[in-house]
Amino acid sequence: MKEVVNCVCGHVNPHGTILCESCGRVLDETQKDSKMIDMRYEGSARRSQTYNKSIIDKIWNFFSSVKVGVSLIVILLIASSVGTIFPQEQYIPPTELPEVFYEKEYGFSGKLYYLLGFHNLYSSWWYLICIAMLGTSLLIASIDRVVPLYRSLKKQKVSRHDGFLKKQRIFGITKTDQQDIEFAELKKILESRRYKIKEENGNLLAEKGRFARWGPYVNHAGLIIVLIAGMLRFLPGMYVDEVLWLREGETKGIPGTDGRYALKNNQFKVEIYDKKNKEDQTFNAAIDKVGTIVKNYQADVTLYEKEGNTLPGEEAKFKKVKDHSIKVNNPLKHDHYALYQVDFKLDELSEMSFNLMNKNTKETFGMITISLDDPKTMYKLKDGYSVELLSYFPDFEFDENQEPVTKSPIPNNPAFIFNMKTPDKPEGEVSFVAIQQTLEPLGENTYKMAFAGVDTRNVTALTVRKDLTLWIFFLGGAIFMIGVIQGAYWNHRRIWIQRKDGEIWLAGHTNKNWHGLKRDISMTLEGTNIDEPEDQLEPKNLGELEK
Amino acid sequence: MVELSGNLLYASFILYLIGTFFFGGAIRDKKGALEKKQNKWAVIAIGLTILGFVAQLGYFITRWVASGHAPVSNLFEFTTFFGMMLVAAFILIYFIYKTPALGLFALPIALLIIAYASMFPREISPLIPALQSDWLHIHVTTAATGQAVLSISFVAAILYLVKSVDQTRRSKKTAWLEVIMFAMVATIGFVIITSTFSAIDYKANFKWVNKYDEEAVFEYHLPALIGPHEGELMTEGKMEPFVKMPAIIDANKANTVVWSLFSGLILYVLIRLLFRKRVAAIFKPLVKNVNLDLVDEISYRSILIGFPIFTLGALIFAMIWAQIAWTRFWGWDPKEVWALITWLFYAAFLHLRLSKGWQGEKSAWLAVVGFAIIMFNLIVVNLILAGLHSYA
Repeated sequence: MKEVVNCVCGHVNPHGTILCESCGRVLDETQKDSKMIDMRYEGSARRSQTYNKSIIDKIWNFFSSVKVGVSLIVILLIASSVGTIFPQEQYIPPTELPEVFYEKEYGFSGKLYYLLGFHNLYSSWWYLICIAMLGTSLLIASIDRVVPLYRSLKKQKVSRHDGFLKKQRIFGITKTDQQDIEFAELKKILESRRYKIKEENGNLLAEKGRFARWGPYVNHAGLIIVLIAGMLRFLPGMYVDEVLWLREGETKGIPGTDGRYALKNNQFKVEIYDKKNKEDQTFNAAIDKVGTIVKNYQADVTLYEKEGNTLPGEEAKFKKVKDHSIKVNNPLKHDHYALYQVDFKLDELSEMSFNLMNKNTKETFGMITISLDDPKTMYKLKDGYSVELLSYFPDFEFDENQEPVTKSPIPNNPAFIFNMKTPDKPEGEVSFVAIQQTLEPLGENTYKMAFAGVDTRNVTALTVRKDLTLWIFFLGGAIFMIGVIQGAYWNHRRIWIQRKDGEIWLAGHTNKNWHGLKRDISMTLEGTNIDEPEDQLEPKNLGELEK
Repeated sequence: MVELSGNLLYASFILYLIGTFFFGGAIRDKKGALEKKQNKWAVIAIGLTILGFVAQLGYFITRWVASGHAPVSNLFEFTTFFGMMLVAAFILIYFIYKTPALGLFALPIALLIIAYASMFPREISPLIPALQSDWLHIHVTTAATGQAVLSISFVAAILYLVKSVDQTRRSKKTAWLEVIMFAMVATIGFVIITSTFSAIDYKANFKWVNKYDEEAVFEYHLPALIGPHEGELMTEGKMEPFVKMPAIIDANKANTVVWSLFSGLILYVLIRLLFRKRVAAIFKPLVKNVNLDLVDEISYRSILIGFPIFTLGALIFAMIWAQIAWTRFWGWDPKEVWALITWLFYAAFLHLRLSKGWQGEKSAWLAVVGFAIIMFNLIVVNLILAGLHSYA
C-alpha cells in the first residue's frame, strides 16, 4: 500500500511532501512555525528525505546528498591540484626512468611523490573511484530531485493557501475598494512583461522562466554523458594512439590502421621567423631578445590506401588517396583517423661515402656510398678492388666487454667493419670505421676507408589518432552548456496575486536573482495603486537610509 | 601603430585611475549611496570608466592589427586583456545594479592587474606553430572573459567583507582580510620595485651550478637578496646576495618573490603607521552605505554569469583546440588541471549556495578563494609549474 498525505484542500500528496503540491499548505509539522517557507524543490516529496530503512535507501540517501556531492568535488579538486606539483609521468623526458627522475630532479619530495604514485595520479584507482562516485552522485541526486520537482510544478494551483503566501520572502497586502480594476490592470502589465498568467477563482498566478528549473538536471545529464564517453574509451577499437616516425622519401604503413593505410613523407621542413622577411619585421624586437622563433613545422605527405583484400604474404597494392601538408594545428584527417605533427629530427644521416685509399700514396681506388637504412654487403669497385661490409652498427657504442654493439636501429652514430680487398691484398684487410675513429683490429693495414661525405634527411614524428568517442564527449559538453546556460541565465519567477475581502495580497518567489524579481514587481506596480510588497529578509537597518 | 597601441593602454590606465577617485566621490555623497538614484559623481565615474575601456579596446585592436594576431599570446597580453574584461564585466554589472561602491574596488583591482601585466616582456612576439589557430582568439578571449566575470564576485566579496567584518576587535576574520589587503599591497610593491630597477636598467649576472652540476648563468634584474646555488657575481659593482639557494630552487624567481614581499611589507607597515588602523578598517567608512544583501547578490550573480562563459572558454573551447593542436582534448597539463580546479571550485560554490547558511559572509570568503585560484592559475602555473602553457 502506498502511503499518502491528504491535504485539507483535498489534494492527495505523495508520502513525504512538505508543501501541498496544489495549494501550498505546510504539511510538515516541523516547518509549521517557521517564519518563512523553505521553497527548495517546492517542498516536494524526495525519496531521500522520506525513506531511510533499507540498505538501498541508505545508499540512495548518501549519493543524493548535496553535502556528499560537494565533498566529492572538494576531494577531487584537492587531489587534482596535488597532481600538478611535479610533472606527471607522461611529461617527463621519454629517456628518463621515473624512479630516478623524480628524486634527481626534485630531491626527497620528488622521491616521495613517486613512491605515493602521484606521478600517475589521474589514472590512479582512488582518483578514478572518486570520479565514479561523483558520477553516481550526479545521477542519483538529479533523479531524487527532478521527478518530484516536476510533479510539484505541474500540479501547482493558482489559488494558494494564506499561510503559503504570507510565508513567502516577498509579500504585501494592499487595501483597496477597486479590486477588479486593479486586477485587470496588473494582469495586463504582467502579460506585457511576458509572464504567463493563470487565473482561477479570481486569483492570479504570473509565472516566467520555469524551464530554468530544469537547467541543473540538463547539465548533470550532459556531465553523465561525458563520463560515459570516458568509459567507452576503454572499449577496443574506439581509441587509437600511435606514433609514426617517417623519414623523407620513406613510405610506411600507418600503425593502428591494420595495414589499410600507408603514408609517404615527401618533405619535412622547419621554418623560422626571419628579420629579413618583410612580413616578420614587426617581431624584430622579440626575435632579438629570444633568438630563434619557429614559424612552422610541416610534413608534406601522401596518403595511400590498400586496394582490395590481400591474403597474408601477398603483396598489397596501394592507391593514392591525397596529398596533405601536415602542420601543427592542421592534422591530416581521413576516415576517422587523424595524423598530427608532434615531433621531428633534422638532418638524420641517410648515406655515407668513403674512398678506398692507400694510406701511403694517398691514391684512391673508387668511392662507395652506403645507404644507412639498407646497406649492401659487397661494393665492387673497378680494377679488381672491392669492399665487403662485414658488420654495420647504426647507433654504435662499446659494451662492457669492449665489443661494438648498436643501441638502436636509428643511424645516429654509424660504424662499420669493412674488409678491403685489393689486388695486392686479395684476402682483404679489416678496418673498423666510426665517425672520427678508425681501428685496425687485425694489425697494420695498407689501405683505409677515407671519409668522403654524408647525405642527410629530415624525419617527422606523427601521432596517429582515432577516437570514436569524440562525438559523445562533444554531445555531453553541448548538453552541459545548454543546461548550465538555461539554469544560470534564466530565473523562475512567480507572482501570486489574490483577492481577499477589500484587500489584494501579492507574494513573489524566484529561485534566484531576487533583485530582478523585485525590479519586475516594482515596475509592474508603478502607476497602480498597489503597494510594493516587503522583502521579509531585508535587514531593518536599511530603513535609516531612506530618511 | 605599436606606439599608438601603447599610448592607448597608458591612457586607459590613467582614465581608470581618475575614475576610481570619482567613484570615491560618488559614495561619499549620500545621494549616490542608494541604487536607482545616481549622483553626478557616479555618472562621471562610470563615464570615465567606459572611456578608459574604449581606450583599452583601442589598444587591443591596434595591437591586433600591428601583430596580425589577437594580442592574447603571452603573459603581458593575456593579463592586460583579463584586466580589460574585468572592467567590461564591471560596467555590465554596474548597469544592472548601479552600485558605485563596486567601482571603488573593481577599478583598483583592474589597475593592479594591468600594472602587474606591464612588468612582463611587452614586445610583440610572433606566434609559435602551436598557437597559429583561430582557436587562440576564441579560446583565450572566452576563458579570460569568464575569469573576469567570476572575478567581479571577488570584488563584491571584498566590498562585503570590508563592511561586514567587525574591526573593533581583532579576530581571524580581520587577520584574513588583512592578508588580502597585503596581497594587493605586495603587488604594488612588485610593480614599484620592478619598474624602478628596470628604469635604471639594473643587470647583474651570476655564474652558478644547476641541479645537474652544470655551470649556468642567471641574469638578475633586481639586486640579489637571494643568490643561486654556488653563485658567483660576474657583473662588477653589483650587490652580493645575503643567502644562496640550493640547486633545485630557481633563485632568480625566489629573489623576485622576496623583493615583492619585502617591499609589500614596508609599504604595508607604512600604511598601518600612517593611519594607525588595519588597512581594511581604512576602507570601512567608505562602504557604510552599502547594502550587504545586494552586494551578496551581485557576488552570486556574477558567478552565475561567469560560470557558463568560463566553462565554454576554459574547458570546452580549450578541449576542442587541444584536440586539434595537441592531438588530445585533455592531457592533464597543469593549466588544464587548474582550469578544472577553478571549474570544480565554482561548481562547489553554486551547490553550497543551495544549502542554508552558505550565503552572505561565508559565500564572500568563498568568492575570495575562487579569485585566489584564478590568480594561481594565471601567475603560479605560468611562471612556476612548467607545462605546455608556459608561453610567457
